[in-house]
Amino acid sequence: MEEILNSPYVFPAIATALIIAVFPLVAGYIVLAERKVLADFQVRLGPMRVGPYGFLQPLADAVKLLLKEDIIPAAADTWIFWGAPVLSTFTALTAFAVMPFSDRFYVADVNIGILFILAMSSIGILGLILGGWSSNSKYSLLGALRSAAQMVSYEVPLGFAIVTALMVAQTLSMQGIVQAQYDKGIWIAFSNYGLMLIPTALFIIAGVAETNRAPFDLPEAESEIVAGFHTEYSGFRFALYFLAEYASIFVLCGVAVTVFFGGWLRPFANVGFLEVPLNVIFPILLFLLIGGGCGVGTMRVSQAYEKGIMAVLTLAMLLVAALFAIPAVNVLIIGFFWFLFKVLILIYMFIWFRGTFPRFRYDQLMQLGWRYLIPISMGGLVVNGVVLLLTS
Amino acid sequence: MQLDSILFYLFAVQILFSALMTITRRNVVHSAVWLIGALLGVAGIYLLQGAEFLAGVQVIVYIGGIMVLFLFVIMLVPISEESKQRRFASQKWVVLAVIVVLTGQLGYFFSKGSGEFRIADPTPPPEIGVVTTNTEQVAQVLFSEYLLPFELASILLLVAMIGAIVMAKVRPGAE
Repeated sequence: MEEILNSPYVFPAIATALIIAVFPLVAGYIVLAERKVLADFQVRLGPMRVGPYGFLQPLADAVKLLLKEDIIPAAADTWIFWGAPVLSTFTALTAFAVMPFSDRFYVADVNIGILFILAMSSIGILGLILGGWSSNSKYSLLGALRSAAQMVSYEVPLGFAIVTALMVAQTLSMQGIVQAQYDKGIWIAFSNYGLMLIPTALFIIAGVAETNRAPFDLPEAESEIVAGFHTEYSGFRFALYFLAEYASIFVLCGVAVTVFFGGWLRPFANVGFLEVPLNVIFPILLFLLIGGGCGVGTMRVSQAYEKGIMAVLTLAMLLVAALFAIPAVNVLIIGFFWFLFKVLILIYMFIWFRGTFPRFRYDQLMQLGWRYLIPISMGGLVVNGVVLLLTS
Repeated sequence: MQLDSILFYLFAVQILFSALMTITRRNVVHSAVWLIGALLGVAGIYLLQGAEFLAGVQVIVYIGGIMVLFLFVIMLVPISEESKQRRFASQKWVVLAVIVVLTGQLGYFFSKGSGEFRIADPTPPPEIGVVTTNTEQVAQVLFSEYLLPFELASILLLVAMIGAIVMAKVRPGAE
């Protein structure tokens, strides 16, 4: 037993199983959060029917998707139609393998970490294209063509932004990039006299385009091409595409946090006297606040089972707050807390973009990509490189 | 060692089988999908050789870039007409000549043994305490020893790009 536990494969295997098991649930709740936040932007309530305040909506959605009939169009290319959503989901989840969730919790720390994520996301594009082609429908084909053109165009500024950051970090390993930011005492987004803010902004814009989110959601523009590349998909296969989309959003935000915003480091990681306020008091206050909100919710809902769920949620939040008060546990989970906190802030921004900007027209999309983002990203690379050379 | 050999043969079978399927499928998109399988196998071989950077770039450039563009173009071709045409045109003698030359080369290689050939100097193992990563090694070789071919290749690509733009551009008064 001792021997098995000490084997270098045990922890990565457990972490992998955990990520694959937990992520679909996380994706479901990101969808719920998105619907709730969008509803709030539009002065609506959002899902309210299933569970207290719609809390069980993701479970209902999952059951609905799994029970629906799985339709394959008669003229579809069956094998590719089957394989395409699997390819998308597989590559999106595989990218989690190098994601540095905290200083302790990660599957692998390889010396080409960031290249690995880029490679996986570039294979994931094929899932969209092949799925759109194999459906044998004009809407799907148009969606697939659009996504191919869009992703190839926006991969360039995305890549340049990452390369600029890698020049500062001097390594390709994800843990190494976080360590470099600790050693420098500054997040890469703010280093180089603020010049790194250019690639940071470019990365976020190109990232929104790369994950097909509004305002760059032309591959699935409802008003023009029904649902784009996944028009013909239903049931579980549609759920796989959905899972892949949210997994790639999470991965992209994770990369942004790791490369530009300090990964699992707390803000001002080198300022000693902020250790207690930021690492202990802040999470405790945060979870107490959420717990308090759930407590108020318990009073407001009317049905008994809803009261029960809200009470359990309140207790869970208070328990998490208590965990942060124990020093030994705090050390273990604080990195994870900051990583998730930053990733969720970025995901909130993605939802915010969706609620704010109208969709681009196709020519505007191409113009923005090729005429503005790519030249600016190249310029950012050169300027940052020169400044780095002069100051080193 | 054992695992390395098993993986090598797995990748080799994957590459050869996918390549075979690529040239025998009647549907062009199926060919492209099999070609992706072959390219992934090559990335696997790079990984086995300890060339992580090359493996990553292989996937990003060939699969993420070139194959996406291939599919982009192929998707615009009506498949039903394309697949009825004869696949192998009458180039029997050219093919035979190529096969003979290739077999001769391989036979010569095998009869001499690997010791007779020096394809590239193996990189000396890094000194203890000095961390060199694969990425840095590639960059160092590319930008010192092979700088001229590297720059020539980029000029070639630039020429091709300008040529494509000139050909695609609509000239005023052409029609």
